[in-house]
Amino acid sequence: MVEQEPESDDGVQLDLISAERMENKTSMEKIRMILDSVHDGDIVVLEKGLTPDEESKLIEVTMTEINPDGFTGIEIESFPRSETKESGLLGRIMGKDEDPAKLTVIGPANQIQSLHKDETLISALLKRK
Amino acid sequence: MGLFADLRDSISAVTAKLFAGESEDPKRIGIYGPPNAGKTTLANRIARDWTGDAVGPESHIPHETRRARRKENVEIERDGHTVSIDIVDTPGVTTKVDYEEFLDHDMEKDEAVRRSREATEGVAEAMHWLREDVDGVIYVLDSTTDPFTQVNTMLIGIIESRDLPVLILANKTDLEDSNVQRIRNAFPQHETIELSALEGENMDEVYDRIAEKFG
Repeated sequence: MVEQEPESDDGVQLDLISAERMENKTSMEKIRMILDSVHDGDIVVLEKGLTPDEESKLIEVTMTEINPDGFTGIEIESFPRSETKESGLLGRIMGKDEDPAKLTVIGPANQIQSLHKDETLISALLKRK
Repeated sequence: MGLFADLRDSISAVTAKLFAGESEDPKRIGIYGPPNAGKTTLANRIARDWTGDAVGPESHIPHETRRARRKENVEIERDGHTVSIDIVDTPGVTTKVDYEEFLDHDMEKDEAVRRSREATEGVAEAMHWLREDVDGVIYVLDSTTDPFTQVNTMLIGIIESRDLPVLILANKTDLEDSNVQRIRNAFPQHETIELSALEGENMDEVYDRIAEKFG
């Protein structure tokens, strides 16, 4: 997804993706973009996360792409949705449910040694390639 | 006050009967949760208690359930009335499956690869059921493990976004490390009921809540 590939293949690439870059993409375009990066061994950080429906599809598509020769799936962590926003049926009718999770980190499961989160910090420990 | 309450109850009863014909089909209740939470043990407990049959084999090996299994027309009797549901036992949801984990359970590589492939298909199928085919969710958690995981948070978020009624069950209370309060703290917006599906502890309350929630 990035225009310029790094010259060395023994590092770990971190893609910080702005909300602006994602806003006009369809759900499947977002998922494809994320999984293409993760397949390449990159860590993806989304400024604005996915909707619950997109998260559900991300799990589903991830499962279809797991294979014993390499890709074992994803690790994902995100900060929780804001409690102060309106939610529930009324919120959705009023169009106020488009408040996806905050910052989200996604990476290849076989390359992330651990991914921990507390309320204000997500910490990823990566294996060297 | 009493008169109005009686009148209201009568109207509710008549309305329920009038619309009973439209809601004859049993609701499909999906049993969801992470791997090894005890979903199949619960599904079997419910099915055996009310139909005499089991749903599927139970195992301590993760991903023993690799296909969603439905038990139809499970009729649960509570307080003189019957609630009819289809229970759907689903594979444990995860974001990763590594066949090498199965090798630790004395499996040959071919068997481990086959099992992991079936597991991934099962999880994908479970997600599809959640989006398309269930009317309510029983979310089962192992009360001896940390409930603050991303998979739990995402799944509860998905369930809430679809406005599906959900009961959270804190399973394995027969184990010493069980901590039900930790689950209540993790999902305070939902009712959490403790149980041991294996030992059949607190099943009366579980059936009461199932009848209330999904009846």
